[in-house]
Amino acid sequence: MLRYVLRRLLIAIPTLFLIVTLSFFLMHVAPGGPFDMEKGIPPEIKANIERVFHLDEPLWMQYLRYLSNLIHGDLGPSYILLNFSVAELFRVGLPVSAQIGASALILALIAGSAFGAIAALRQNHIIDYAVIATATAGSTIPSFVIAPLIQLTFGLTWHLLPIGGWGDGALINKIGPIITLSLPQLATVSRLMRGSMIEALHANHIRTAKSLGLSDFAVVVKHAMRGALLPIISYAGPAAAGLITGSIIVETIFQIPGVGRYFIDAALNRDYTLVMGTVVMIAVFTIVFNLIVDLLYAVVDPRVRYD
Amino acid sequence: MKKSLRSLLLATALVTVSYSAAFADSVWNRGANSDVQSLDPHKTSTVEEANILRDLFMGLVTEDPNGETIPGAAESWTVSPDGLVYTFKLRKNDVWSDGTPVKASDFVFAWRRLLDPKTGSEYASMGFPLKNAEGLNTGKAKPEDLGVKAVDDYTLEATLKGPTPYFLEMLTHQAMYPVSEANVTKLGSDFVKAGNLVSNGAFTLAENVPNDHIKLVKNPKFWDAANVKLDTVNYVPTEDRAAGIKRYEAGEIDSMNDFPTEQLADLKAKFGDQIHISPELGTYYYIFKSHKAPWDNPKVRNAISMIIDRDELASKVWQNAMLPGYSLVPSGVKGYETRTMEYSETTQLDREDAAKKILTELGISPEHPQKLEIRYNTSENHKNTAVAIQEMLKPFGFDVSLVNTDGKTHYSYLEQHGDFDVARAGWIADFKDPVTFLNLGHTGDGNNYGEYSNPQFDKLLDAAAVEADPAKRMKELSDAEAILMADVPVMPLLYYGNHNVVSPKLHGFADNVMDKHPSRFVSKD
Repeated sequence: MLRYVLRRLLIAIPTLFLIVTLSFFLMHVAPGGPFDMEKGIPPEIKANIERVFHLDEPLWMQYLRYLSNLIHGDLGPSYILLNFSVAELFRVGLPVSAQIGASALILALIAGSAFGAIAALRQNHIIDYAVIATATAGSTIPSFVIAPLIQLTFGLTWHLLPIGGWGDGALINKIGPIITLSLPQLATVSRLMRGSMIEALHANHIRTAKSLGLSDFAVVVKHAMRGALLPIISYAGPAAAGLITGSIIVETIFQIPGVGRYFIDAALNRDYTLVMGTVVMIAVFTIVFNLIVDLLYAVVDPRVRYD
Repeated sequence: MKKSLRSLLLATALVTVSYSAAFADSVWNRGANSDVQSLDPHKTSTVEEANILRDLFMGLVTEDPNGETIPGAAESWTVSPDGLVYTFKLRKNDVWSDGTPVKASDFVFAWRRLLDPKTGSEYASMGFPLKNAEGLNTGKAKPEDLGVKAVDDYTLEATLKGPTPYFLEMLTHQAMYPVSEANVTKLGSDFVKAGNLVSNGAFTLAENVPNDHIKLVKNPKFWDAANVKLDTVNYVPTEDRAAGIKRYEAGEIDSMNDFPTEQLADLKAKFGDQIHISPELGTYYYIFKSHKAPWDNPKVRNAISMIIDRDELASKVWQNAMLPGYSLVPSGVKGYETRTMEYSETTQLDREDAAKKILTELGISPEHPQKLEIRYNTSENHKNTAVAIQEMLKPFGFDVSLVNTDGKTHYSYLEQHGDFDVARAGWIADFKDPVTFLNLGHTGDGNNYGEYSNPQFDKLLDAAAVEADPAKRMKELSDAEAILMADVPVMPLLYYGNHNVVSPKLHGFADNVMDKHPSRFVSKD
């Protein structure tokens, strides 16, 4: 087991290296640089700025410099948010995004699995249709519609929630973002759960369990659900990586200081170090969560073993 | 039951009382349409940074609530007869927030730092009127050669390379603010962090959380602290304008310097005079590549300019959040006579007839259409503007195509003299002087994207640059603008407007062309 984990982590190193290299050069293909503004700056001033940030060096040298800094754990200074280094931006923003993202995922997993299981047990019943209809709606209404709707109803009309802001992490400020972020996930999870649960309920071992006279509860929860969870787990891995690293829409509309907006902002601003930082961050989370998913397989499914 | 309800009500009342008591401090939650990039005066460039730095620092001169220049860290100054030497007398009671006095040497240090090539300052050009400034910035002169000298602790002498009548206006720019030499020398680039930053303005920096808020608190050591009424100013970035106006409605922020202009009619109905729209010193314009046929012909450029119905652009596309523009320099600069295109006084129908005549002469008609490509940077409003213009030009024989790129791509393309027919740009004044606009037409200027060159125009601008008599200088600039508006290498379309929504609880917020609202003059009920 430990050897398997170590091997996976070792494979991750060349993967990360490839991702960093590809993104670095792709990023520089985009025209313009961080210091091209609406108001052009005199060439000699621009040259000074570029020298300060080593942007005057040949690209391969910039690449080696970045790589060497990265190996030493230094993500560099942000070119646009000049008062902060990329690491500082993540230190402030990642806990915010992670809290919202993890809460949204947990909510989606628990509620989604429950709804999906109930729908499967009442297949083609009115409850089943209700769950499917809600799930379809949940995954088709985009969050840039949900978020303002929540602000309008719960914030402006009923005065239950603040419109936006982080409020130093007050629970009430997190409710809107969490709900917005979890709705589409919840919908997907309940659809997945319904499908795999229906399949599980028709499996041989369930029939055997039933024939042995086990209670319905034991059959459903202990045997059917366990098997049915597998597709959810494999879905949850990449979903977790995506959710924890933030969402630009939710963060911009609710004005919370997470890292999600940096993906887009950094790319549009040609903030090279921040672009690279976000790429590295997502890559690391994706690799780690995929590993966790694989390990969880072994826990849930006795047929899977890593030796 | 009744009793418990009463005690609940009582408890609620108590909570409410203690809540409002805890917030008895006067706090202005100030919505800002973007977050800052840097609070280092020598590394900033954006309007939002200028707003915050104006509260934190105090330059030699500063602005009153109407945006007019008034004495700041200097209580008085004299100018030599040739306009080259400015001698500033600093206030003896001006101290940094750490209690040490603001000395003339801090200004010397700050200006040398601004121009030091190692600082990489984007707005180093604000210091270029100083003698040897460009030399220092390009590494050809030493810091000691820069035209600034501390005669004694409270006397600062600035020597210019040529007469610069707008030098005082430039001093209001954040790039020319002082920094504490002791503080910056000790902490290096970290001096700008909350807890480290030492400033000499009405407020000090308490917190800076990116994308969340910047909290400023009243500086008790500020020389005019007795007249500062606010205890705290929170700058809250509200990039999503629709969410911002909802936060305003819910009372989470007291003002915002932008709002969804597409909802203007509804917002006006809802908020009435809390919605402030006032002219800004800024112009939205299109550039012609002026050495490329057929755009090298001023007649074609003028014909296009005549066809474009600016009233319709302002009212239909921009919902009157912008004003129709017929000159490069918007009005609002004292002593300057704005020069508009000569057809600005005629009706749109007359203009179109005149345009048709010119185009027939040149053989451009719907049967023999002329291709025209408009480049613009990503924005819903820029797109709508370009589409409207496409529709306006079509019946006159222009086959208009649109090319959209993101902002960085757009401006780097223009800067590198990429090929185009017509491109969008905008200019908002950094300081209140016509020359900031007119330079856009000067041969070789970095922002002269259309590469227009007219010796007559250059001559007037160069003469104005060394003219010591302010009235004569303004006349020369005005004549230069007249040439530009006859030639239209840059075609003004609209003047920018300031869009503020301001709570009736705030007092002392005055609309002005520079959209500058120092927090030190504002109070809140």
